[in-house]
Amino acid sequence: MRVLAISGSLRRDSYNTALLRAAAEHVPAGVELELWDGLKAVPPYDEDDDGDLAPAAVTALRSAVAGADAVLFATPEYNHSVPGSLKNALDWVSRPLAANPLRNKPVAVVGASTGVFGAVWAQAELRKVLTAIGARVIDRELAVGQAAERIADGSVGDTEVLAELANVVGKLAAAVATRQDRVAA
Amino acid sequence: MSTSTIAVPAGTWQLDKVHSSVAFQVPYLAGAFNGSFREFDGKLDLSDDGAALSGTAQVASVDVKDDNLNAHLQSPDFFDAESYPELSFASDRIALDGESVRVSGEITIKGVTREIDATGAAHGPVANLQGNDSLRLQLTTTVDRTAFGVNWNAELPGGGKALADEVTILAELYFVKGA
Repeated sequence: MRVLAISGSLRRDSYNTALLRAAAEHVPAGVELELWDGLKAVPPYDEDDDGDLAPAAVTALRSAVAGADAVLFATPEYNHSVPGSLKNALDWVSRPLAANPLRNKPVAVVGASTGVFGAVWAQAELRKVLTAIGARVIDRELAVGQAAERIADGSVGDTEVLAELANVVGKLAAAVATRQDRVAA
Repeated sequence: MSTSTIAVPAGTWQLDKVHSSVAFQVPYLAGAFNGSFREFDGKLDLSDDGAALSGTAQVASVDVKDDNLNAHLQSPDFFDAESYPELSFASDRIALDGESVRVSGEITIKGVTREIDATGAAHGPVANLQGNDSLRLQLTTTVDRTAFGVNWNAELPGGGKALADEVTILAELYFVKGA
């Protein structure tokens, strides 16, 4: 089972990217979590540039999503919402809506922030966007507040966060298994 | 058909899909969304013991005249076609009074089954060009889509919701009696 992990933060020492790296180390047996690092190369959405000759970064992202059984997002919060770069990447992935690779795909959203709320509003907005695209959004939340105290030197030391991360990935994997059974039936 | 005042021969009646339709209408803002299913099937069984009407519609064939809206209707926001590919209806209680008809039975949408009454008109039977009897049923019922987990909505800036919960289902069913 392949899970694509997408961080909404471009920062080298991002807490959200650190969360995804930690998730990769705590996945259940049989799950492979791959961190996608192409967000910065995705250009602003322009329908004139879409179609068969979409930019290479976009084609790579669409292929990565299509090739994954599930997607795990970790998002920071900018002005109570999703970072523009992440929303922009999803706008590319979503087109055309009827055939987009996130349709029916199990996805989960987690988030970290240095404040106490752990990017809850950005997570809610991201879930809304993913639902509109047609993904199956897992009903599980992980809001890592005060990230600077819980994630040091790119490493998640907080055992509660690690346990909850494992829960989220486990629930994502279960949704994939349910979907595979359903599609095979 | 217990109180029949038109004579409907017993036997199995197959749905003529070309001359039938299964559609729905939902109030949206000041207007309405009208949609239909391109793929559906049904049959009517009549005997001395009673009458049975059953049918199915394929969610993947939903058509609201816009590809993006079709895709949205198939997502978990609405019908969740991947999990629940088929809608179904089954009735063994059909009451005919003159040209008025009432069909009571169970409708299943998104895996949820509810009891409904559909009412409308029956016309025929009329022999078609091959000499087989044909019968037309026009049925309408109203369901609360949220009772079936079809919950999508959007808040309007001035208050209220964009899409109504009440959905009218309209079935125009044209049956031909088997030889």
